[in-house]
Amino acid sequence: MKRRSLMMGAATAAILAAGISAAQAQDTIRLGAAAPKTGPLAGGADVTHWPAVRLWVHQTNEAGGLQLADGPALIELIEYDDQTNPQQAIQAAQRMATQDRVDFMVAPYSTGLNLAAAPIFSQLGYPQITGTNVTNQQPELSAQFPGMFFVLGRTGVMAEDTAQVLVDLREAGEIGSRVALVNVADAFGIEMAGISRAVLEENGFEIVYQTSYPLGTQDIAPIIDGARAAEPDAFIAWSYPGDTFALTDQAIVQNFTPSVFFTAVATAFPSYYGRFGAQAEGVMGMGGVNPDDPAFQAFAEAHTELSGQGPDFWASASTYATLEILGQAIEATGSKDRAVVMEYLQDNSNSYETVLGPVQFNEMNDNERYWTVGQWQDGVFRGVAARGRDGVSDVILKDGWD
Amino acid sequence: MSMRDIRNLFLAALALGLVALLPLYDTGYILSIATTMAMFTVLATSWALFSGPTHYISLATAAFFGLGTFVTGLGFQTLPMWLLPIIAAGLGAVLAALVGLVTLRLSGVYFVIFTLGLAELVRQVVTWVQNRTGQRGMYVLTTITERDIYWQLIGLAALVFLVGWLIARSRLGFALRIIGNDETVAKHSGIDTAAAKILLFMISGAVAAVVGAIVAPRYIYIEPSTAFAPILSFQVVIMALLGGTGRLWGPLAGVIPFTLLWEFISRNAPNQTLLLLGVAFLLIVYVLPGGFVGLYERLRHRFGSGGQ
Repeated sequence: MKRRSLMMGAATAAILAAGISAAQAQDTIRLGAAAPKTGPLAGGADVTHWPAVRLWVHQTNEAGGLQLADGPALIELIEYDDQTNPQQAIQAAQRMATQDRVDFMVAPYSTGLNLAAAPIFSQLGYPQITGTNVTNQQPELSAQFPGMFFVLGRTGVMAEDTAQVLVDLREAGEIGSRVALVNVADAFGIEMAGISRAVLEENGFEIVYQTSYPLGTQDIAPIIDGARAAEPDAFIAWSYPGDTFALTDQAIVQNFTPSVFFTAVATAFPSYYGRFGAQAEGVMGMGGVNPDDPAFQAFAEAHTELSGQGPDFWASASTYATLEILGQAIEATGSKDRAVVMEYLQDNSNSYETVLGPVQFNEMNDNERYWTVGQWQDGVFRGVAARGRDGVSDVILKDGWD
Repeated sequence: MSMRDIRNLFLAALALGLVALLPLYDTGYILSIATTMAMFTVLATSWALFSGPTHYISLATAAFFGLGTFVTGLGFQTLPMWLLPIIAAGLGAVLAALVGLVTLRLSGVYFVIFTLGLAELVRQVVTWVQNRTGQRGMYVLTTITERDIYWQLIGLAALVFLVGWLIARSRLGFALRIIGNDETVAKHSGIDTAAAKILLFMISGAVAAVVGAIVAPRYIYIEPSTAFAPILSFQVVIMALLGGTGRLWGPLAGVIPFTLLWEFISRNAPNQTLLLLGVAFLLIVYVLPGGFVGLYERLRHRFGSGGQ
């Protein structure tokens, strides 16, 4: 009995204490962040999400904070682990908003967790500027959640652009028409494979091999085996981090050497190059950056200095950009009143200077200018296809694994 | 029905009525925790209906729950909302019956392992179907609020408690207690053990599927990896065992402190959640082997009238 009352007492005390600690000082802006620190997506969040968030907070505070109408305000970051669990993501957002009384919240990591938390952001009037949420549902989502903004881009466009890279290469006479198309059998993989297949077939490509594999599968060898036997000119895999590495590994082992080798998520991670080194040369994947842009170079340098690891060449910058956008909206209005900042964000005529370049939202809260396809060239993951971005590099053909 | 039964029913109805008033007091943080509690109360109580008397540890909750979320995800645009939990209940019961027919003749660890695999099996089948049909990720965009979900869960909890109470008073409940004590004796007494176990397993599975169908609009984005996450099955078992399965209210006595503890740890030690939870489990197992129900019985035995 004693122990139970002790445990209950402790929990009750915690809830009560939260109410008291909510009293806030004048010159700080409380920023809440809940994202995976444990669970299946913890690895990805550790590369892409957390370092970018901490970097922005660190740099903003170093520079004296954000300028409000009545003077500068420092950022106080409150972090929670959502355990890669929608239930916990909902509860964490709720907790930050109503118990910690944060002024603003960083959007969660990944599409699923962003959508789970969306009703809380929306009901309580928090802007949700997402940097790792790829979807094709912008019209429906922005209608339901008018405070939800999309920086990373559209899945449909990314699948189209990937197919377009092949179309362009064939027109230039560099490759033939044979394509092997594989995907991880979940929502993301199925959707991307469907769109890219349609574009390729429209353009007269021949899908010589198509298959899918369950998420978390260990046995990748038969896939590469089958693809190799079909002798494609291009290999496109809509894959997740684990399988991106496994597919590349297998392709090297079996010496499968198509002229185009594309794996989707995590190809842009520095650890991909760290693992495969020069063999990664010519591999294509989702995302990309303009590494010659001084803004990105400065970001990468600061990122490495603070967290001991470089940014990934895709969503790290867009996660950082979501906070730049929020910061600029706060400074432009000179207010930490969410309703005022939200109104500013929803005004489509406003534009923001970010590490991605200028960002502007359309009437569906959608950023229309982003990188779609990247390729490892000389140890850097260069953007080779983009919508509305400068500095697109030329595609090179993959010339074996040696 | 004795006076005591009537009094208990009245008190239970009163308590449920009070709990249902919560959204009038708060629709934010407290409601969000209460919704989680309500969800786990239903899951753990229905789990204990089957696993309590029979001592068959089922790790299949996630399979039924996930099935329910997919019913809502696939049907919410074309079918009326009230129909979805009913379909989910039907599918959950059918799945449980199929599984039960095959596995309940097994016992002990074989059954545990099979039920653990079941969630994964269903997940892979769903994924395979999605892949064959080109079905995309599902966005369950509705106007349903957390409050609606909470009330539906409370209603379902009332139903589960009522069913549990009726079963305990019935011949079926008596048969299950005999099975739990000694299955061979039960068989020799003329009890159709397989039928009794399958029936209870179907009830338990149907309820978990209904919970999934109700909760789906809260998650908005339904994907197999989160809908069938195995951790749910383990959470349900741990909460039910913490409470104790000897009584109908046992799982509830586990769900409330466990949810508060989980929230307390998530809140105060966001970087050590798993570590502290592990420590908490160890303490529970060593200090409270029979759960809170066991503790209550021991105390009653020592101090009160329970000894007679």
